Amino acid sequence: MTIGILLLSPLLTPSYGLIVWTLLAFLIVLYLLKKLAWKPILKSLQEREDSIQNAIDTAKKAREEMTSLKSDHEKIVAQAKTDRDTILKEAREMKDKMIAEAKNLAAKEGERMITNARESIQNEKMAAITDLKNQVAHLSIEIAEKILKQELSEKDKQKTVITNLLQEVKMN
Amino acid sequence: MRIRIRLFTLIFLLFGFSFFSNITFAADEPAKAEQQETFNPGKFIIDHVTDKYEWHIAGPHEGGISVPLPVILYSKGKGLDIFLSSKFEEKEGYHGYKLNGEGHIEAEGGASFYDFSITKAVAGIFLASILTVLIFISVARSYARREGQAPKGFQSLIEPLIIFVRDDIAKQSIGEKHYKRFSPLLLTLFFFIWISNFIGLIPSMPGVMGNISVAFTLSAIVLVITLFIGNKHYWQHILWMPGVPAWVKICLLTPIEIIGVFQRPFVLMIRVFANIAAGHIVILSFVCLIFVFSEKGDAGGWGFAPISMAFALFMNAMELLVAFLQAFVFTLLTAMYIGSCLEEPHHAENH
Repeated sequence: MTIGILLLSPLLTPSYGLIVWTLLAFLIVLYLLKKLAWKPILKSLQEREDSIQNAIDTAKKAREEMTSLKSDHEKIVAQAKTDRDTILKEAREMKDKMIAEAKNLAAKEGERMITNARESIQNEKMAAITDLKNQVAHLSIEIAEKILKQELSEKDKQKTVITNLLQEVKMN
Repeated sequence: MRIRIRLFTLIFLLFGFSFFSNITFAADEPAKAEQQETFNPGKFIIDHVTDKYEWHIAGPHEGGISVPLPVILYSKGKGLDIFLSSKFEEKEGYHGYKLNGEGHIEAEGGASFYDFSITKAVAGIFLASILTVLIFISVARSYARREGQAPKGFQSLIEPLIIFVRDDIAKQSIGEKHYKRFSPLLLTLFFFIWISNFIGLIPSMPGVMGNISVAFTLSAIVLVITLFIGNKHYWQHILWMPGVPAWVKICLLTPIEIIGVFQRPFVLMIRVFANIAAGHIVILSFVCLIFVFSEKGDAGGWGFAPISMAFALFMNAMELLVAFLQAFVFTLLTAMYIGSCLEEPHHAENH
């Protein structure tokens, strides 16, 4: 035990010369490294980390922009499609309407023309009939005049004729 | 993946180097020492872990390969004395100073003096400091050169560690608001300790973190920081804990809390010092076992060598982990102490 302590004692005795030199050396090392090494190293490490982070952030942002652009684009396309569809639909409707209107108009016009024609035919017919009637009346009167002239030359005959005529008229 | 492979390569290179050189260098010494006297493993080990005035690389203590280091002494009577530690070997005593049997400098006549020598541990600290500064300034330069680009080469080996310290230690323990202020300190502590520990694993290099003075200094820095940055909430909870009866506070809580303020950095010191020193002692012990056995005959030494080496190899691998772990734990606990000093009162309405 005693031997052990004796052997260890030089190990456990601090020497002030060594302490002073160590202190001096360590403080100089600390100062030099702080000025010349740690400051630039830590700064550039920080800068590198920041720039990496920035790059990651920018890439992320760009990706987000891309997706939003893509969705915008898709939206626009979809919008265009619906627009086209509505325009087409409207055009079709308009076409149908126009056709229908035209048909309607044509039908009406046709009818009107037919009615006109019918009326004018009727009118013509009536005029013709009237004319015919007038002529027939005229002829009849002439014939009647002639017959009467002939018949009325004799009294008996006058009488019978009148009677017959009257009878005929009555029958008519 | 590439970073991981490179890290492993580095670790294995360091590991391989440290392991093999450890054995060759360490094995030389006691073998020769043994011929002169009976082998004393305790002395051998303590000799290896304690500080020295010269940088001994290989061979026996006298006549081996060693680098003399400057001795700096100051005494009121004689003024400043600077000379190389090899002067002690040339003649007995120099300028009235001599090395005693335990390896300490003594002034003749027992006069008092101040010792600011560049010992092996101080040289190790300088080496670790220079290496740390060079590595991180070069890394910083590659950040400047390759601004806004992906990391490359050594930079990509270091970067995950820097981010680890910044995010998982500083930000986690101190919080979003204050962590930037302390990141440089924590990064410096982490890498300084780790690099020092790595250097210590290389044989013949000083294991500086296993020296109590070094551990003490770093912990003292942490203590001073926690004493200065503590906010009102922190000191209130230490000195006069709200919601506790006054007599409990005076007799029990406040003294305990005040001890706690000093005990935390103290534990920090003991932990890093003991872990690193113990690792070195264990490795050296396994190497020593060979020579303990060889005292009974050469066959014993040769026979035990493989077993000893296997254990030393295992311990070396462990030490690599411990080198990182201790740096991590020291930094993490420092960050947590700082974090506790800066904690905002989040349940103020209770008091």
